[in-house]
Amino acid sequence: MTSEKLRKIIIYFFLSLWGIIVLFPFYWMIITSVKSYGSYNSEYIPKLFASDPTFGNYVNAFDSTSGSLGRYFVNTIIFTVLTTAMMLVVIVLSAFAFSRLRFKGRDILFTLFLSLMMIPNELVIITNFVTITNWGMRNTFLGLILPSVTSVFYIYLLKENFEQIPDELYKAAKVDGTSDLKYLTRVMIPICQPTIITIIILKVIECWNSYVWPRLITDDRSYFLVSNGIQEIRENGFGRENIPAMMAAVVVISIPLVILFLIFHKKIMAGVSRGGTKG
Amino acid sequence: MRKDQLKPWLYLLPSLIFLGIFMVYPLFDVFVYSFEEGYNSASQTSTGIGWFNYSYVLHDPFFLQALKNTFIIVIITVPVSTGVALLISLGLNSIKKLKDLFQTIFFLPYVTNTLAVGLVFMIMFKKTPYTDGFVNLILSAFGVSPIDFIEGPYWAKIFVMCFYTIWIVMPFKILILTSALASVDETYYKAARVDGTSKLRIFTSITLPMISPMIFYLVITGFIGAFKAYSDEVAVFGTDLNAAGMNTIVGYVYDMLYGDSGGYPSYASAAALILFSIVLTITVINLLISKKTSFK
Repeated sequence: MTSEKLRKIIIYFFLSLWGIIVLFPFYWMIITSVKSYGSYNSEYIPKLFASDPTFGNYVNAFDSTSGSLGRYFVNTIIFTVLTTAMMLVVIVLSAFAFSRLRFKGRDILFTLFLSLMMIPNELVIITNFVTITNWGMRNTFLGLILPSVTSVFYIYLLKENFEQIPDELYKAAKVDGTSDLKYLTRVMIPICQPTIITIIILKVIECWNSYVWPRLITDDRSYFLVSNGIQEIRENGFGRENIPAMMAAVVVISIPLVILFLIFHKKIMAGVSRGGTKG
Repeated sequence: MRKDQLKPWLYLLPSLIFLGIFMVYPLFDVFVYSFEEGYNSASQTSTGIGWFNYSYVLHDPFFLQALKNTFIIVIITVPVSTGVALLISLGLNSIKKLKDLFQTIFFLPYVTNTLAVGLVFMIMFKKTPYTDGFVNLILSAFGVSPIDFIEGPYWAKIFVMCFYTIWIVMPFKILILTSALASVDETYYKAARVDGTSKLRIFTSITLPMISPMIFYLVITGFIGAFKAYSDEVAVFGTDLNAAGMNTIVGYVYDMLYGDSGGYPSYASAAALILFSIVLTITVINLLISKKTSFK
């Protein structure tokens, strides 16, 4: 079976080739970030290895006078935690109402919710920008957070999961005199924990990478998130030629999500294939 | 209203408020903006109602450039990324060793910060007085003289832009296609093998028809995503996309809204609605084609 063997070799070759294309930018940012400013600029032909690795660039990257990367980092963490927490409250309450409570117009309302999924963000962002500006919320965390605390898709995802919990459980709880809110927090949320964790992870990734809305709504550097921060560093920080320091900043920004991914890659990939999109 | 009729609405209140303010109201408002002529954001007044904003946008050379760039991105990246993702998924599906490792590595770009990694691409492709950059180093091995991909000729910039876009969108497509391929019923293949059907024939008669709904899904979402390209371009070419000649329609919308060229929500709205109608038309065409040719 030599032709079969040859086929396997070709397949592994091309898969490895794509693997290299995917991984190389990561390798390149790390290797560049540990080259000193002097040695990077003296390499007319870039070297694939750092002959004299240094961590000085990382110290530079966090130096508040040049980049305030630490600030951007803290801002992004605050933004991510608050947005995700507020969104969870909103979507859990809605998903509960749609899956367990009976009321007039429920199905029509849910269809209306679903139809909102088709509206592209680009259409509504113009008015949202004007709204937040009129509310005087530019350069505030509230202005950054408010437009993204609801997600129809996650309401849908959670509602589907809530509905799988047998009705008998709910009726039994009612007989015992358990309130709806207590039933929701003590029974439904624990049972649906896997879905909720998936939603949290996907939302954290989305928050960490968000760029367009923060760019529109903040022009004060002390409210920048990491995406805007990196753009600011590229255009004004460190001096345009200090590539190693820029790469150190890029590594620092990329690390949290890569760690998250290494821990949760199964969950993330399963969650994304259930309906996440990007691009 | 009775108490138990009121309660569901209390639970729904937060999402109704947020969706109302930030989704439903803006949806109507964007139409209003787009027809208000001479809108002044300081005094919030306009001089009249009409099609002027649309005609302004459609005659703006920056918009036409953005339109051209966007269409090039769509036409190149959607077929190439879907095709390559299909080949990679077929490869992944036919191996056992290292499959999980490859799948995990291939998904990595999905979780990276587009802006941050774009900077790495910029550095790898850029030619400066100090260095020709990594990509030119490889090209020189093939006897190609150095090219500045970031500030050089138009085709070179388009190449980097498409390359980076494909790098970003591949993880999602590979993920969807590998799971689609894995879900094809094994008995079809067994039956085909008993009949001695050739590999190519198995692929065109079994595999492709079975996964065609997923391919169409990827093509449709790919078109929508590529038409909304923006962050990837900023990541590689910087915030002043007009100066780089690399602006996209979405970039044009944001430039009209904010920044040095901003303050024109009416032009932004008109451009956004033009984009939306293009995307809607192409999605409808895609759906019609997929209905006709899908095997399910």
